[in-house]
Amino acid sequence: MKKTLFVLALLLGFTATAGAQTLLNAAGATFPYPIYSKWFSVYHQDHSNVQINYQSIGSGGGIQQLKAGTVDFGASDMPLNDETLGQFPFKILQFPTVLGAIVPTYNIPGVQAELKFTPQALADIYLGKVTKWNDPEIAGANPGVKLPADDIVVIHRSDGSGTTFVWTDYLSKVSPDWKTKVGSNTSVKWPVGLGGKGNEGVSGLVQQTPNAIGYVELIYALQNHLSYGVVKNSSGKFIKASLETVNEAAAGAAAKMQKDIRISITDAPGANAYPICSFTYLLIPVNISDATKRDAIKGFLNWMVADGQTMVESLNYAQLPKAVVDIEKKQISEIR
Amino acid sequence: MDSNASAIGSAPSPWTVRSIRRRLVSGDEVAHIVTLVFASFVILIASLLINELWVNCVLSRHAFGWHFWFSSEWDPVFEHFGALPFIYGTIVTSAIALVIALPLGLAAATFLAELAPRTLSDTVSFLIDLLAAIPSVIYGLLGIFIVVPLMRTMIGPALKSVFGFLPIFSGPNYGVGFLTAGIVLAIMVVPYIISISREVLLTVPRDQREAALALGATRWESTWKVVIPWARTGIMGSVFLALARALGETMAVTMVIGNDPKIAASLFAPGYTIAAVIANEFSEAFGNVYRSSLIELALVLFLITFILNGFARLLIIATGGGSPS
Repeated sequence: MKKTLFVLALLLGFTATAGAQTLLNAAGATFPYPIYSKWFSVYHQDHSNVQINYQSIGSGGGIQQLKAGTVDFGASDMPLNDETLGQFPFKILQFPTVLGAIVPTYNIPGVQAELKFTPQALADIYLGKVTKWNDPEIAGANPGVKLPADDIVVIHRSDGSGTTFVWTDYLSKVSPDWKTKVGSNTSVKWPVGLGGKGNEGVSGLVQQTPNAIGYVELIYALQNHLSYGVVKNSSGKFIKASLETVNEAAAGAAAKMQKDIRISITDAPGANAYPICSFTYLLIPVNISDATKRDAIKGFLNWMVADGQTMVESLNYAQLPKAVVDIEKKQISEIR
Repeated sequence: MDSNASAIGSAPSPWTVRSIRRRLVSGDEVAHIVTLVFASFVILIASLLINELWVNCVLSRHAFGWHFWFSSEWDPVFEHFGALPFIYGTIVTSAIALVIALPLGLAAATFLAELAPRTLSDTVSFLIDLLAAIPSVIYGLLGIFIVVPLMRTMIGPALKSVFGFLPIFSGPNYGVGFLTAGIVLAIMVVPYIISISREVLLTVPRDQREAALALGATRWESTWKVVIPWARTGIMGSVFLALARALGETMAVTMVIGNDPKIAASLFAPGYTIAAVIANEFSEAFGNVYRSSLIELALVLFLITFILNGFARLLIIATGGGSPS
């Protein structure tokens, strides 16, 4: 009995010393989880008094937990609109952290060439209006490629995801028809196609099914060496997604972000901007009453936009452009 | 019990009545209370669950009412939600699973219980119990890498060439869909049916078999006309357990069903089940009505399971259940 008490006291003693640390709880998006977990662990090595515990339970779950006050900050792949913000009992600031892009991937037997897609072709394939690979809308952009007269099998994500949000947000921008009939969200009512769970589910279905087309995150395509198509951007150029072309898209949108940081950067201006990409966001309350927590969060954010950015490309995320970093620094000073 | 008894014995309080003490010492009363408490936990958890679901789907109930059950719309953007395609998918895939698994499972169980040597029977049933314990994601992978390609290149075309005139075997075959999900579910639930049915068949008294044989029945007749009817209740129990697992299965189904909320006559068509859509969409569900509708779907699944189980009980009673197995 005495022994148990002793051990208990010892444990309590340890917790008490650990209490000198600031422990922050966060929850949300899964797409940026690899970089977030790296950031939080590197930051803890350099600042041993701050420990951030992140649960990648999905953007929706992160928002719910932040609203309920069970976490100190949240993370979301989709910027919060005014309606969602209105449901919060407190004010929220949104901080873009890294950039991601979505690429079309396909499997057409006998076609090795890198296919070019116009925005209209992508929208019409996913609307079910273009049903054959040799349709003039696809063939017109790919002279010299012998496309089969086979039915296109459309694959989309079955799980709710930021990836689907960005993809449908892009299709809504380039196709009025898509906007009125389907719209954009983490899940939508798909006019045609099969659903695969996660990036791996979509790419698995695409690779197994002849004549299939799907969409996956650029980071997933790069890590798994998938071939993917190029997409025509708003300047009329066909652009292959890469960290540089994604970064260019964000830089092109930065001017508009002065007014509203939540601006969507799909179909962004810029000669070499890849059109289907987006930020992922941290959701931070404006007023944090606990001074040590407030300092810890502000400290981390300042580190994230500076040192943190230098390590994102090793994980295939694109860096924030300088203009966006400046906007975020201003926002950090608003946290009180 | 002993420590309880000695504690009371060493420190008698004024209100300790001797009779209560004796009953406590004997352990009957304690066992009664303890088991009662644990038994009521089950009911408590079930009612808490229903209550929680009911309260949290209030938005969806107000927005759609009974229409929720009969609408086949599922549109997270414009917030129209209906459960029908998911109910359809859940019932169809489970039905396919049982249609395949019941004859297979019963035949295997009969062989193991009646015909196989005891040592072989015990070894095989040990392996079958292992199969029942495999996580469902493994069955899902088996589905993706083996059943889906087989379905697309062999089973599907074969069914089409023979039964293509039937609407249930028409339309494009992608390899994923109701039939594939049903087959994977059948593979998953067949160990339950075999395992339990075998145990039940083994409990059929020896004299029942001997009586049948003495009357001139062949071995097959004694099995089919005496042993299986005797064990009917237990076999049905195994089927209901299999059904419950098939209705609620999430991971393996979502990996092979195609995840498209449509009601299609063709078994080759992609579909969706209730458990799969909840698992897929809940974590990223923006908007309160959306979340609420997903929670109402959970309630719908609960009710379907409840109704089917109740129906199953009635079936047992109606077919002269309660045979002394």
